[in-house]
This record gives sequence, C-alpha cells and structure tokens, in this order.
Amino acid sequence: MLDLSKYQSVGAALKDALDTFSNEVCLIESDRDREKERLTYREFKQRAHSLARAMQEAGFGAGDRASIIMTNQSKWLITAYAIFYCGGVLVPLDYKLTPEEQWRLLKHSGASMLITEYPIWRQLSLSGERASASNVRKILVAEAPPIELGGALRWEQFSSPSEPLFVPRSRSDLASVVYSSGTGGRPKGCMMTHENYLEQCIALTSIYPFWPGVRYLSILPTNHAIDFMVGFFGPFICGACVVHLRTLRPEYVREAFPKYKITYVSLVPLVLRNLQKGLQARFDALPPGKRRLFNLLVALNRALTKKRPRLGLSRMLLKQVHAAFGGELRAIIVGGAFTEPQTLQFFYDLGIPVANGYGLTEAGTAITVNDLKPFRADTVGKPLPGMEVKIVNPDADAIGEVLVRSKTVMSGYLNDPELTAETILDGWLKTGDLGRFDAAGHLQLFGRKKNMIVTEEGKNIYPEDIETVFESLPVKEFCVFAANYVWLQKSMVGEQLVLVLHLDPGQSLTEDLRKEISARNNRLLNYKRVHGVVLFQEDFPRTASLKIKRNELAERLAQLDRASAILPL
Amino acid sequence: MRTLNQTTQEVLDLAAKHFQVAPGSLAPEDDFFKKLGIDSLQALELLSRLENHFGIELPDYEVQGVSDFKTLAERIQSRL
Repeated sequence: MLDLSKYQSVGAALKDALDTFSNEVCLIESDRDREKERLTYREFKQRAHSLARAMQEAGFGAGDRASIIMTNQSKWLITAYAIFYCGGVLVPLDYKLTPEEQWRLLKHSGASMLITEYPIWRQLSLSGERASASNVRKILVAEAPPIELGGALRWEQFSSPSEPLFVPRSRSDLASVVYSSGTGGRPKGCMMTHENYLEQCIALTSIYPFWPGVRYLSILPTNHAIDFMVGFFGPFICGACVVHLRTLRPEYVREAFPKYKITYVSLVPLVLRNLQKGLQARFDALPPGKRRLFNLLVALNRALTKKRPRLGLSRMLLKQVHAAFGGELRAIIVGGAFTEPQTLQFFYDLGIPVANGYGLTEAGTAITVNDLKPFRADTVGKPLPGMEVKIVNPDADAIGEVLVRSKTVMSGYLNDPELTAETILDGWLKTGDLGRFDAAGHLQLFGRKKNMIVTEEGKNIYPEDIETVFESLPVKEFCVFAANYVWLQKSMVGEQLVLVLHLDPGQSLTEDLRKEISARNNRLLNYKRVHGVVLFQEDFPRTASLKIKRNELAERLAQLDRASAILPL
Repeated sequence: MRTLNQTTQEVLDLAAKHFQVAPGSLAPEDDFFKKLGIDSLQALELLSRLENHFGIELPDYEVQGVSDFKTLAERIQSRL
C-alpha cells in the first residue's frame, strides 16, 4: 500500500498507484453471465489518460467541476481518475435521482462537464430543467446507440492520443462536492478536500487493509461516500481489484461471490437482511439430523470466535456456507444506515464478520468502525484513528449528541456559509445523532435529534426535500416531519415520515383528500414516501418571513399521542 | 406479437403468482411496492421472473423509478 501521508492529493496518489501495480488486475465488469471487461492498472491508465487529455484539450483544468452520473461500472472510475488527473473537482451524483433533481444539483454544483451513460441521458435530455443548468457546457454519454445525442458527445470517442499533463493539487484544495441531501429544498453539497480523502483512507486501511489479490465487490453506488472510499480509492492505492456488476439482481449478486472469489463487499442493511433471510430459509429446509449438526457447528464456531474472528477455523467448520460465498470472503462491510444487532450476530456466528460502523458524508465516510477485537453486535464500534468524538449535553442515561472533529470532516457546505456555521462549531461537526460511549469505548446510537430519516437502503431523507410534491394541496397548511424527531425515540429502527395537515375551517379528511395525498405520495420514489397523516388543529407557528418554525411545531405536535395521532394512508 | 394489454395482463398474472396473491386482485395502475408490500430487492426478483417469461433482458435502469404495473408492462413491451 502507498504511504498516503506523503501525498498532497487523491490524483497524485492514484497516479503512483497505477504505476506501482501496473500488472495487477484493477477492474472486472460483469453483466449477468458475461464478463464485459477486465483491466489491469496499466490498461486503466491508458484509457484514463486519453480521456484526461481530451478533457484538457476541451479546456477542463484546475478547479473546474465535472459531474459523473453513472451506475457502477469501470467508466465511472476511469472518468473520476481523469478528472483528478486534470486537477478538477468531482461532483458524483446519485443515478437514482429524478432527472429534475439531477439538473438542479448540476446547476447548484457549478459543474461545467457532465459524464453519464445513455439510459440516464435519455431521461436527462427530455427534462425541462435542462435549460436551467446552463453551466453544464460539455456532456459525454457512454454506451449510446448510433443516434443524435442532443448536443452530447460520445464518451468512447472523446479521447486524444497525446499524453495529458498532470495537474498537482494541495491537500486543502477541493477534491469533490458530494450531495448528502437537498434534492428538493436546500442542497447540501459537502465540500470534501484532498486531505479529507487521504486521511480517511489512512484511517480505514489501518483496520481493514487491502492488498494486491483482494477482490472487492462494488454494489453500493460509487457516488456514495462508502463505495467511493472502499470501492475505488482504498483498493486502488493498495493494488486490489474492484468487481462491478451491471445487473444487481439477488441471483447475480449471489453468483458473483464464488465466481470472482470476493474478499470484501459493502452492503446496505436492507441487502444484508435479505441475504440473512435467504440463508435462514436454506438452513430451515435442512433435514432434522443435518440441521442439528449444523446448529452445533454454528454454536461451536460462536464459542471459538468469541474473542476474535478466526477465519481459517470458521471456513473449516462451516465449509458449505463459506463455499457459497466463494471461500475467500473476509468481511462484509455494512453501512449507510443502522443495522439490527441480530443480523450482525447471525453472520458473525457463521464466521463471516460484519464490519459495521457509523459515519456521514460530512465527516468523510466513517467515524467509528467495529474492529472485531472482540466482535460487538450492539455498538457501531470505536472511533477510527484520528477521530475525536464526544457526546454533548448528555441526559441521565449519558445519551447526548455526537460531535466529531477530525481531518476528515468536510470544509463546509457549498454556497451555504449559514448552514456550515450551524453544522461545524469550532471545528466540531454536529452530527445530529444521539449516542453514548460504553465502558469499552464503543459508541452506541440511540436515535436522532435532527428532522430526517435514514432508510434501510442507506438513503437520507429530509422532510423539506419531499414537501414540494404536496404543494398546493387543498388544505390550510401542511408540513412533513420525521416521526421520531417529533416523538423522540431512543432507537434507530422504524423511522417514518408523516404529513402534518392543518385543515381549513369545516374541512375534514375526506376520501377524496386521502386519494389526492396518496396520488401525490406515489409520485415520490417508494423509499421517500410519507407513512401517515397527522391532523393538527392550530395555526402553524411561523417566522416574520412566514417560514414554518419547525422546532416549535414539533414541540406542539409531541403533545399528541403518537399512536393515535398518525393516521395511516 | 403481444398487444400492450396482453403484456400487462401477463405481468399481473405473473406478479400474483410469484407473490402468492389472488389472481385478479392486481390492477395495471396499482403501485406494486404498496399493493404487494415488497421492497426494492423483491421488485428486482420479479424482474428476473418477467425476463424468463418474456424471453428478454431488462436492464436494471429500465425499472428505475417505476412503481406501477402499467409502466412496467410498457417497458417490457418496448423490448418485445
């Protein structure tokens, strides 16, 4: 692994990695049963350099911003490297957002280039919002059919035979703008510096190292902070290999483990739980005799790995389970949202450690991670090296807000000094999450004090962002809240959004109004939808500029009985 | 060649069978996440069943943001 303390930028570190590990395979791309691509670091460099040079010839240079909206694939990483090589700033956007949301964030980011793939471009090019993002002057589209592309150029043809010029950056320069939320309301573009990434990578690889021969299965979207770090930057600076699947159906994901002898994979809790359900069903189907023997082996494995994981032993005891995962799996990294302890314990008992942790984009991916010494299913682990974590305003149970200070914390929110000042105080990042430390120094989480939810798919949903869909609803006023924010729960599970309605005098929640709410709700992606309706009889408290005072409204709502107040939709 | 109506009906029948709900209980405009109480992964499983049934390949992005049977059937129809 490269010594990242010697580097000034992500681009410089990656540049050396491509030369250091030139003969190693860095990328495998598979679509169903077909392997589409297999690249060595040398081949990766050739492709990225011809793209970087073409970008430079098109005027892209130091500090310029380029956005990638792509599914996980080799071209994502090749393009990202080319951007860094040119000294540019990467703006990775979620390919699952709507075209309107993507254009709004493109406008906010100030990106001059957009690199995307045809199915996404097909939607983007039809959106009326396109005209608003006039800052996006050059668009590259990968895998496009031979048709006119509405002013965009083909990624595959955008290359130059000349060598590009490497543009150095310093640690304090901006490396990327990563949106943690704000698709409908106030965009939260986290400004990440080169130092943020270099320091995060040093911290993470000190606990979970990669090396040539490691194969990382990249399933979480690469625009997500976790996959960017453990599915691109981390493996690359260690000479490891990243495997991309173009089809993320459960059956192809399952097949990928033995086919590519996967070493590490990152999953969101939803996928991990699905995997657990599938395995449990197979165990339950075993004949009684075999089932008893299997349970005995699991119990034995649990007893023998109580203090630390013993991979060799677990693979021997539970051979068939490990064979199904390819026999090389060292750990599953789970992140993006809270994972139930019983799910973590289920995998650990099978000899598959689940590296759960806690983090947020603003803090540069991970803040704490379970170091497995010993495994603890009931915590999110200890702070990573270089992370200062403290609990402020603790209650009688020692639970308070989690604050973080570290070289990995973002420099602020793009174009929003006010929000930055509210979020980072004297160098300490206010996470808005509630937690406490136990005697062993492990962090335990107990809910949030911020008005948002995180889904099992790792999606952060802010109520303000989805309120636009309910605009002009025929009621006096409305507001969306995270139920656990109103009725504080010391829990990270069962998070839901509710629509609070203040009806006009004499108005009632008729069937027609319910239908109208449902129809609008259904326009949202399924994970963004509100779960129920709360009727509130008073005027919403508002500021002089008529903005809703959300905190005050939440306090008043909290006086209602939660169970009877939330009417299901 | 199937008509869109035929394709839609076959999608509904297959979804009902796969998720073990009464045949005829699903309608084209239904939101399958809500009606069947399924998550995004289960929706992907359905996609694989539909691919086998219709003998086509449906890339994951084709169902991105799709949550009703009618739109799903239209996406399938365009590939038949």
